[in-house]
Amino acid sequence: MALLRGRGYASVNYPTGMNLGGDPSQALIHATTTGTFVISLSSVDLGQGIKTIAAQCAAETLGLPIANVLVDTADTDTGPHCMGTFASRGTHRVGNAVIMAAAEARGVMLEVAAEELEVDAADLETDGTGFIRLKGAEEKRIHITDLALAAHFKHGRTISGRGIYLKEPSAPVPETGEMDPDSCQAHACTAAVVEVDDETGVVEVLELYNAYEIGRALNPAMATQQVEGGAWMGVSHALFETTEPYYPSREHGPRDFAGYLMPGPADIPVQHSLFLERPAGNGPYGAKGIGEMTANAPIPAIANAIFDACGVRLESMPFTPERVLRGLDALRLKVEEPC
Amino acid sequence: MTDRLAPTYRLAPIDTSTFADERAAAGTGVDGGGDFTVIGSVVQRSDARGHVTGRTEFFEDVAPARLAHLKMHRSDRHHARILDVDLSEALAVPGVLRILTHADIPNNLYTPLKLIGVGPDDEPILAVDKVRYLGEPICAVVAETEAAALEGAARVRVAYEDLPPVFDVEEALKEGAPLVNEYHGQNHFIYEGHHCRRIRFGDVEAAFARADHVFEWRYQSAPIEQAPAETTGCVVVPQADGRLRIHSDTQACFFTLDNTALILETPFNKLRIVGGTVGGGFGGKVDVVVEPVACVAAMATDRPVKFVYDRAEEMQVSSPRAAERIYIKDAVMADGRIIGRKVTLYVDAGAYARHTPYGTTKAAAHLPGPYSIPNVWADCHCVFTNRTPSSAMRGFGVTIADFALESQMDRIARALDLDPLRLRLLNAYRDGDLKAHRKVAEGTALVEVIQKAAEMAGHELPEAYRRMSSTTREGL
Repeated sequence: MALLRGRGYASVNYPTGMNLGGDPSQALIHATTTGTFVISLSSVDLGQGIKTIAAQCAAETLGLPIANVLVDTADTDTGPHCMGTFASRGTHRVGNAVIMAAAEARGVMLEVAAEELEVDAADLETDGTGFIRLKGAEEKRIHITDLALAAHFKHGRTISGRGIYLKEPSAPVPETGEMDPDSCQAHACTAAVVEVDDETGVVEVLELYNAYEIGRALNPAMATQQVEGGAWMGVSHALFETTEPYYPSREHGPRDFAGYLMPGPADIPVQHSLFLERPAGNGPYGAKGIGEMTANAPIPAIANAIFDACGVRLESMPFTPERVLRGLDALRLKVEEPC
Repeated sequence: MTDRLAPTYRLAPIDTSTFADERAAAGTGVDGGGDFTVIGSVVQRSDARGHVTGRTEFFEDVAPARLAHLKMHRSDRHHARILDVDLSEALAVPGVLRILTHADIPNNLYTPLKLIGVGPDDEPILAVDKVRYLGEPICAVVAETEAAALEGAARVRVAYEDLPPVFDVEEALKEGAPLVNEYHGQNHFIYEGHHCRRIRFGDVEAAFARADHVFEWRYQSAPIEQAPAETTGCVVVPQADGRLRIHSDTQACFFTLDNTALILETPFNKLRIVGGTVGGGFGGKVDVVVEPVACVAAMATDRPVKFVYDRAEEMQVSSPRAAERIYIKDAVMADGRIIGRKVTLYVDAGAYARHTPYGTTKAAAHLPGPYSIPNVWADCHCVFTNRTPSSAMRGFGVTIADFALESQMDRIARALDLDPLRLRLLNAYRDGDLKAHRKVAEGTALVEVIQKAAEMAGHELPEAYRRMSSTTREGL
C-alpha cells in the first residue's frame, strides 16, 4: 500500500456575458452638492465585490479619489435596471455602464470647472486627489467640493451622467449552430499535483499551478481572491460534491453539510497563481469576466493527475474514494486476467 | 509610522511581459497621458469590514412586526397523480393562519424568460394535479411562528396514485419511456423544430475516415449544489400604499420583480425589490422560487411574510447544477492534430425547464473547447427526468464540458505518447481562427496560459513550443 503521486493538466477558456447577449445593465451617477458622486445601480453583490469594482471604475473615469464615490445598490425603486449577477457579466456589463455614466458626468464637471476658472474645458485635467486643474499651470485649480457647490448654487448645473451596456441579442441558426455567443473569452491553465492513497482511495490535492488570462486585473487583491476561491471550488467539485452520489439513483442524497462535503482547511492545496492581461477591446479598462471560469480547469487537471498517479481513469464526477478504489480493483483484475 | 490596522493582501503576481504592447495601448488612463490612478490598484472591498464584524445587513435581518412564516408541504413521490389534498388537520394546528394551494396563485406558472420571449410555461408554482419530482411544492402553510408553519406543513395529507418515474437521460429519450411533463409532450426540449441544439461545422464523418486514430469515450457528472452560506429566501412587507416591499437575496432584482409580477398578475410597479447584499449565489438564486408565493401569502394575510429555505431544501429541492452525460469522438492524426470532433451531450434538466435550455445552448457554443478543429458535429440534448429541476450554477454548460474535453485531451496525449501540453499547444485556437459557431476568434490567449503554467510547474517545453503565440501561426 502506498501514496502515489501524479500530475495532470487542463486548459480552458470561458465566455464573458450571457450567452447570445441581450443582457443590459444601467448605471446612473450624480454629484452631491459637496462633491461626492453617488452611483445608482440595481446590481447585486454576491460577495464577489461588484460594489468595489463599480466605485473603482467611476473614480478612474472621473479622475477623483475613490473616497469621493459611493455606490447605492440594489433597490428597484431607485436603481436603474441590471440583468443580474451571473454569467461572468457583472464587472464587464456594470463596469462599462459605470464608465459611460462617469464619462458624461466628467464632461459636465470639466465644463463647470472651465467656467469657474475662466479657461477652456479642453485644457483641464484631473489630478486624482480631488482637484481639477489647468494643464501646465497647476496653481490654477479648483477642488471638487468647491466645484460641486458652485455647480448647484451658482451655475444651476447637475453634474451627472447615464450609462448602459448592451450586447445586442442574437439568435443561433438552428441547422448549424452559427451564433455570436460571447463578448470576449478569458483563459486558464492548471497543473495539479495529487497524491492518491491506494489503500483508502482518498485523493489529496497537494498543489495547483494556475495561469489566468483575465484582460485586466481591475483590483489585484479581489482578482486573487476570486481565482483562489474559484480553484477551491474546482477542487471541491472534483473530489466531493454532489446532491445525488449514486446518480441516476435518487437515493442517499445529502441534506446538510455533514453529508455534503467540501474541502476544509486541511484539504486546501498550495495555490500558485499568475495573471496575464490581454485587454479586451470591449471590456471596462480591458477587463474580462472571470468569475465562473476559475472553477473549471482544476477538475479535469485533478482527473488527469489521478490517472498519472495510479492509472485509474475516472469518467464520472466526483472522484470519490469509492470510485478510485473500484478503479484500482478493475486494474488489478485486468492484470490477473490476461487477454 | 506603520498603521497596525492597515490590511495586507495576498496578491497573485501579474505577468507584464506577455501582451506588453496591448497592455500599454489599453492602459493610458482617463486623460490619455498617464497611468491609471485607481484601476489596477488594491482597494479594500467596500463591505469587508461589515462582513467580518457581523454588521452587514442581509434580508433576514429585516424583522417587521407581525411577521408570519411560510413553510412548504412537498411531494414525497418522484412521479404521481394527486388524488386528494386534505388540509383539515393542518388548519387545526394552533398558529396556522392560511394554507395556499395552486388555486390561490393568480397565474400559477413559472415564466422565467417570458419577458425576453423565451418559453416554456411548463412549471406550476404549486402542484395542480400531478407531481413530477420528489420535493415539488404542493401547498404553502402560513403561520404565526416557524414551528407552527412546519407543524402545519407536516400535517397536510396528500393521496397519490404513483406513476412510473424515469431518472436516466438516455432512458428518458427511449420510446415508451414515462412522460415527465405533458406540456412538452416528449422528454426533451425542442430547439426551433430540432430535437436538440446542434453544431454542424465541416464534415466530421470525412474526418473520421481519413484520421490516423479515432478515439471515443464517455463522461458523466452528477447534480451539484450551489451551497451558498445564506439559503434562498425573502421577507415580503405589505406597505401602507398597497405596494409590496420584497427583501430578497436574489441574484437579479429586476428579474425577480418582473417574474413575480407576472405570477401575481399585478402591475410591475406594485412591487419593490430591496436586495443587493447576498451571502453567496453561484447561480442558485436566479430562479424566482420563493418571492411569488411569499407575496401571495402576504397579500392573503395582509401581514409581512418570510419564506426562507432550510438547508435540506437548499440541497435537495433548490435547483442544482445539471448532471451531464457526454460522449466525445475524435479524429486525430499521428502528429496529434485533431481534425474532427463529434460530441453528444445529454443535460439532465430534471422535471422542468428552468434555465437548462439556455445552459444547453451555452454548452453548444463552447464546443469543441478552446481548440481549432476544422470539423465539428454536436448534438446537445436538454432532457426531462423525474428529479429536482436543474438550473443555473457557476459555469453551467461549460464546467462539465471542460471536465470531459480536458480528460479527452489527456487520453489522446497518452494514447499517442505525446506531451499533454504540446498536444494542447498544437491544437490551441489562435486569433483569426473560425470557431465551430462561425465567429472569428480574437483576443485569444490559450497558448500563453499553457506556456506560463508549464513554466510555473517546471514542465519543460521545447523552444519551438515556447515561441508559439496566440497572435501568430508560428510553429504550426
